[in-house]
Amino acid sequence: MLSCRTASVLAILLLGIVPGAPAALAQSQVIIVPPPVIQPASPSAGSEAPRNATAGGGTPAPRPARGLNWEDVPDDAGRALDLTWQLSPDDTLHLPLLQGYHVMRSENPGGPWTRVDSLAAGVSSYRDQSVTLRRDLPYFYRIDAFGPGGVTPQGSVTGPAIAVSQWFNHTRWSVLALTMLLFTFVLFFIQSAQGEGKTPFVRRIPGIDAIEEAIGRATEMGRPVLYVPGIQDIDEMQTVQSLIILESVAKTTARYQTPLKVPVTYPIPFTIAQEMVKGGYLQAGRPEQYDPDCVQFVSPEQFAYVAAVTGIMMRDRPAAHIFLGAFFAESLLLAETGFATGAIQVAGTANANQLPFFVVACDYTLIGEELFAASAYLSGEPKLVGSLKGADLMKLVILVVVLAGCLLETLGYHGLTQWLATQ
Amino acid sequence: MKREFPLFVTAAIGLFMILSFFVPHQAVSVPADFFQQSAVIVVAFGIVLGGANLLRVNLEAVLKRQAGWPYRLVLIAGLLVMVLVGLIEGRDFQAAGTRSTWIYDQVYSPMSSAMFALLAFFIASAAFRAFRIRTPEAGLLALAAFLVMLGRVPLGNALTAWLPEDLRLGSVAEWILRVPQNAANRAILIGAALGVMATGLRVILGIERSYLSGEE
Amino acid sequence: MRQLEGLARLDRRWIFTVTGLLVLIPLLWPLNLPLTPSPPVRAYYDAVAAVPDGSHVLVSCDFDPAARPELEPMTRTTLRQLFAKRCKVVVVVLYPGGARLVDQIVREVATERGALYGTDLVNLGFKAGNEAVMVLMGQSIPNTFPRDQNGLDVGTLPIMRGVRNYSSFPLLVSISTGYPGTKEYVQQVQGRFHIPIAAGVTAVAAPTMYPYLQSGQLLGLLGGMAGAAEYERLMHESGPASRGMDAQSLAHVFVALCIVLGNVAQWGWKRREGA
Repeated sequence: MLSCRTASVLAILLLGIVPGAPAALAQSQVIIVPPPVIQPASPSAGSEAPRNATAGGGTPAPRPARGLNWEDVPDDAGRALDLTWQLSPDDTLHLPLLQGYHVMRSENPGGPWTRVDSLAAGVSSYRDQSVTLRRDLPYFYRIDAFGPGGVTPQGSVTGPAIAVSQWFNHTRWSVLALTMLLFTFVLFFIQSAQGEGKTPFVRRIPGIDAIEEAIGRATEMGRPVLYVPGIQDIDEMQTVQSLIILESVAKTTARYQTPLKVPVTYPIPFTIAQEMVKGGYLQAGRPEQYDPDCVQFVSPEQFAYVAAVTGIMMRDRPAAHIFLGAFFAESLLLAETGFATGAIQVAGTANANQLPFFVVACDYTLIGEELFAASAYLSGEPKLVGSLKGADLMKLVILVVVLAGCLLETLGYHGLTQWLATQ
Repeated sequence: MKREFPLFVTAAIGLFMILSFFVPHQAVSVPADFFQQSAVIVVAFGIVLGGANLLRVNLEAVLKRQAGWPYRLVLIAGLLVMVLVGLIEGRDFQAAGTRSTWIYDQVYSPMSSAMFALLAFFIASAAFRAFRIRTPEAGLLALAAFLVMLGRVPLGNALTAWLPEDLRLGSVAEWILRVPQNAANRAILIGAALGVMATGLRVILGIERSYLSGEE
Repeated sequence: MRQLEGLARLDRRWIFTVTGLLVLIPLLWPLNLPLTPSPPVRAYYDAVAAVPDGSHVLVSCDFDPAARPELEPMTRTTLRQLFAKRCKVVVVVLYPGGARLVDQIVREVATERGALYGTDLVNLGFKAGNEAVMVLMGQSIPNTFPRDQNGLDVGTLPIMRGVRNYSSFPLLVSISTGYPGTKEYVQQVQGRFHIPIAAGVTAVAAPTMYPYLQSGQLLGLLGGMAGAAEYERLMHESGPASRGMDAQSLAHVFVALCIVLGNVAQWGWKRREGA
């Protein structure tokens, strides 16, 4: 037989190890205290007020709410508690004895009580997430029914209610599992590609091959290349990807000694674009040909930017336009104006709603993730191509999950869907 | 150190923010909130930096009389006028009747709307010039385009009002948007999202580091 | 065949001219074509109608003057529907170029409906930060927007009493033109904070919102001027969106015709070259 001390220690260990145990143990603990004298409601909010049973000129005070329970809100940082109760028997549409409920809170079972909120009749639940609620501190709650005849506090108080922080949001298991799976695939194939030393196979992407062709054409015609890295800031992955590709493009233009123009919308991509172009010229062994003014900061304002870029197209007549990155409404303006100048145009974006405009008006278009594959494709680095393989495998997993989910839903099993839906 | 420190900061904060999505505990959520607020401040500062950069680059070009310098002068004048007027008018610069409001309503708003309106003309010319039905798939695409274009406007339903409701152009267009278009869109969204996540992982872990500096 | 040659070499300025005329003429002489609300628009209307009378509703207006013809009508109609239900409307703006425009729209509709600023309505104005602001609002809206558009302390405004974060609202209405906008609200806010969202977007962005509509992450969707016009119809109004639909109808027919004529001209040109 265990001693009391050993049993207590084991209980504490279990509480610490078993998730949900504290919540399970911290179910409503109802403490019965003698009901105080009923007195009328005071107009002042936020403090307990004296009450009178016949303040409404003979109208009786409503009967109290019953069965108050509390529960810690799960998967949060200990900032909220849920309360539920049974409605007062006078909470009906026909008898106007009850107007609503006051939610009262105290740090002691006997008070002093503070009004947390007031609720309309018919409401039987409340989430206390007021800024004054502190985690890991025990609170006691009471529900007061009020009406024209006065305020009736609940006969019982519930508590000690404690808001507890959780270390893991259990509703996000599916997101965590799939994210970890993707990361595992990507890292595995990066390691494997680096270990083997050979580049995994990537199918031909005509749009990316066309970039060198476009630069070659511009060189033959003696005209510059225009590179537009999208209109969003550096926090957009498409912009990051486009700037990475810019280095390869700059290296090619440096090799062919073709001028390059790069108008940019935001300051941070502007400085990075300068570094990428400079890096490209360095890699091509022509640092002396690098012109810092080839990268121009234009404007973060969408249509001001497109007006500037179309102006560059009409005046400088670049022979090749490369639009890679995040685009919005200006995509057709850029592509159609570019077509009118007779330039060869290569575009790529992951903004699906702009793809139709690029497909119609440009010679080559990179669709969606082909843009993210471009840097790996151009550089041929095993680790970058390895990450493509990882993402492709994840796509296969999603495909299988979608098919399995459709089948299960058709058969009436909703478990997989419910597990996948983020709560 | 020049490259290692930014890589370390990127990795640490990137991984921490991913963690904050799964861990609600205050040990993680409070610093995560701080980083979110810092991001708001950095973005706001970026706008100021951008304005200063714009002024510097264009002023240099005007002083050196580079090609197109009169246009740059107009740009500088516009920038300075807006900033000065806003500073003079202070906190209430957006109230009715102020000069800032007049510039916004009479200059910025119509110019912005006019640029957006150009799309209507360009769509028509692009449709005439470039939408070629050379393959069966392109034919199918053209058919879907006709049905959706006509179904999304009242004329489409007016022309087919004599048909049962499910066969009217509006319903057909709605079905095309809800079923085949939805499926294709989802596929592109999933693929693009995976691309974003894989690129993000490479950036966070420092596998992709060429964006930091062109020098190896 | 000569005509087809001419068609193949048609100067695009003729196309621009015809487009302009087809848009202008119905604006001057309306055709009054009948409108039939589509299911996503009905769902949007129902989502707003289902909000309990007198509730607080968060409306995020993230657009600039460029998207005005499509998004301003739906913003006005949404505000009218909310004010008719005596809802308390809290407006935020995450698009830098739109703060002044949104303020103007909100004040005009409030004046029209007799809504009092500070009691029935507040415009918290613009905040830079995109998704970071969206997530911060999930912690505390008063902390994220300590002052409103006019510089007033939000703590002193009656409408903001009891407003903490997204849980204080039964509905978020997102009217947006691009980034940041509805997609970011669905990605960053809907999954984390579980607030129901109804959205109004430009016509070009509407197809990309259909996956979210079908999965239930959006309760309803207004797509462009057509969606705004259908919404006006449900509200028994005849506003700028309804008036614009005649012009849009003819423009759509013309674009379809351009596709046909372009292919006919190309076909004729190829035949001539082959002959």
